[in-house]
Amino acid sequence: MLATKQLTVSALKRSSLTATAVAARSVQPRATFATAAPDPSPNRTYGNLSDEDRIFTNLYGKHDFRLAGALKRGDWYKTKEIILKGHDWIINEMKTSGLRGRGGAGFPSGLKWSFMNKPGGPDGRPRYLVVNADEGEPGTCKDREIMRHDPHKLIEGCLVAGRAMSANAAYIYIRGEFYNEASNLQEAINEAYKAGLIGKNACGSGYDFDVYVHRGAGAYICGEETALIESIEGKQGKPRLKPPFPADVGLFGCPTTVANVETVAVAPTILRRGGSWFAGLGRARNSGTKLFCISGHVNKPCTVEEEMSIPLRDLIDKHCGGVRGGWDNLLGIIPGGSSVPVLPKKICEEVLMDFDSLRDAQSGLGTAAVIVMDKSTDMVQAISRLSAFYKHESCGQCTPCREGTGWLANMMARFETGNAKKAEIDMIEELSRQIEGHTICALGDAAAWPVQGLIRHFRPEIEKKIDEFHARRRLEEPVAAQA
Amino acid sequence: MLRILSRRLVPLARPRSLAAQSVRTISNTSVARSDALFVHRDSTDNNATIPFEFTPENLKRAKEIIKKYPPQYKKAATIPLLDLAQRQNGWTSISTMNYVANLLEVPPMRVYEVATFYTMFNRQPVGKYFLQLCTTTPCQLCGSDSILETIQNHLGIKPGQTTDDKLFTLVEVECAGACVNAPVLAVNDDYYEDLTSETTIKILDELKKGNVPKAGPQSGRQNCEPHGELTTLRGEPTGPGFRVRADL
Repeated sequence: MLATKQLTVSALKRSSLTATAVAARSVQPRATFATAAPDPSPNRTYGNLSDEDRIFTNLYGKHDFRLAGALKRGDWYKTKEIILKGHDWIINEMKTSGLRGRGGAGFPSGLKWSFMNKPGGPDGRPRYLVVNADEGEPGTCKDREIMRHDPHKLIEGCLVAGRAMSANAAYIYIRGEFYNEASNLQEAINEAYKAGLIGKNACGSGYDFDVYVHRGAGAYICGEETALIESIEGKQGKPRLKPPFPADVGLFGCPTTVANVETVAVAPTILRRGGSWFAGLGRARNSGTKLFCISGHVNKPCTVEEEMSIPLRDLIDKHCGGVRGGWDNLLGIIPGGSSVPVLPKKICEEVLMDFDSLRDAQSGLGTAAVIVMDKSTDMVQAISRLSAFYKHESCGQCTPCREGTGWLANMMARFETGNAKKAEIDMIEELSRQIEGHTICALGDAAAWPVQGLIRHFRPEIEKKIDEFHARRRLEEPVAAQA
Repeated sequence: MLRILSRRLVPLARPRSLAAQSVRTISNTSVARSDALFVHRDSTDNNATIPFEFTPENLKRAKEIIKKYPPQYKKAATIPLLDLAQRQNGWTSISTMNYVANLLEVPPMRVYEVATFYTMFNRQPVGKYFLQLCTTTPCQLCGSDSILETIQNHLGIKPGQTTDDKLFTLVEVECAGACVNAPVLAVNDDYYEDLTSETTIKILDELKKGNVPKAGPQSGRQNCEPHGELTTLRGEPTGPGFRVRADL
């Protein structure tokens, strides 16, 4: 009896607790364990980056991209001293800077680089740094600007990042379509070899380091790190199972770290100015500057370097001349490249452009490729096109992704015209949950999320299309409808 | 007779109507990862007896490329060499694949696998100007559909087809990676950006005349900066030693 009573009480308590939690959740934004701690300086605004704090000073190609121009802009300055400081110093500075990988996942770079220096020292195998320049995420076009206008930043970054992980060589995997960008980069590498900045005794530091360019041949999936490794090895770009992680068994069976172009290219400037400078920009755990690419329905689409945590609306109003037809004409925004869920206007008004804020809004920063859609957009069609993209780009290795992306694309194509039942909206949602997390790489997740985002925020649009389709059909075939 | 007929018809008819409602196939994906046909069929212009080998300068280039990779992983040069062969031959025929396999000392199948996986290897001949129009969402939002229509009307070809004079081949590609400058059309290796129907027609006409128009944005801006006045990077860039920490 007593026991039962206690149980009831505790059950009651629990339910009231849950109720409070629910109430709290409805007021506050969704918080996860990864949510950043409350801002210590709540009145601070972000996004007023001065030109002096910008890293990519030749983003728009107004100046010479070659060595002479790069030296004038301060590249390759005291690189020897940085290398001579050793790997522990470099990794510590990177950890202090709080830099998170710029390729989409946002893994802390200092930590990732430290995985290469295992206790016990080198095991006799060569080590590789692989730079991921297979930029193909719809909406993203930042690495292209680095490679064609500031290639020396990337090459110097390869050297210091390579030193941090005691690597012997760097392979830069650039997508095959970027032929002119690869030419600029190769030209810069040739200059750097000639000037003794890389190669034997790089910068006179006694450290040997080679940099190679490897051009791909058109496959989005090669942006996944293990697929990229497979592709460099001359195979089909099909992701590998992990573990073993690339830091243990990577390129040519040797320890490898794969990093995004932007991550590597910002490293020399961070090391020169100090990690604390970089950490002072943006919110805690989301520090630094970032290249944002804003495309779609804005007045002046552009790529721009801004402070992390800049409010999305400020970013668009300040640099892109606002949304076409004014802010009220906005329908939705994909904040981080095609893989992340779309956000409706209401959320776009408040959200900050950083990893944690967008994650709390159930989306993601991804590659910070902002795709803006105004009210003239057919949202269902826009997402359907993305589903078609993922169907095209699935490598075909895992069944949930190979078949699932096809199913998603087919169903979405029917939603476009409304030729569907309303129950199928739940069906496609469930289907996307079955793809997500059940594949070797994240392409399955990436295919599922845009569809989930569409259903989460734009379900009425799909329903409207279905209603209209059936209404039209009833008008056209009154007899068939009665039967 | 009629009864027999109707009896025979019924079992035939019923599964068909049922099939429309409830029977769905498990697998609906065609195997083609690359846009073209996966299998090779011998034809007069594509069979293994047609000779192919690198020109002396390309052979020199190929040896430079192979040197980039560890000697026991010569195979890593598959993609660059296939690309080189395609540039020499115009497209990737079975002979070029066999030649690359021979050069890298790998079974030909390893090269076929690669050539069929990646979309940039054209296993059918293409025109002199290979038009690759991006139609993924960011370009679509900026009107790539109308550019596609313009090209189709102007040249009289559909995606995947070549004009009769073998000058143009049109394909739709997935994201070209220049979304800020959408819509984007790649002609061979050059990107033509910020297109409108008028500028597209102008580019096509220039190409027809044998001129190569200036690549890049067609709207007056230089690169990826915003139209009009710059919002960032207005002054001269800072020089060496700017804000460098004292202990370096």
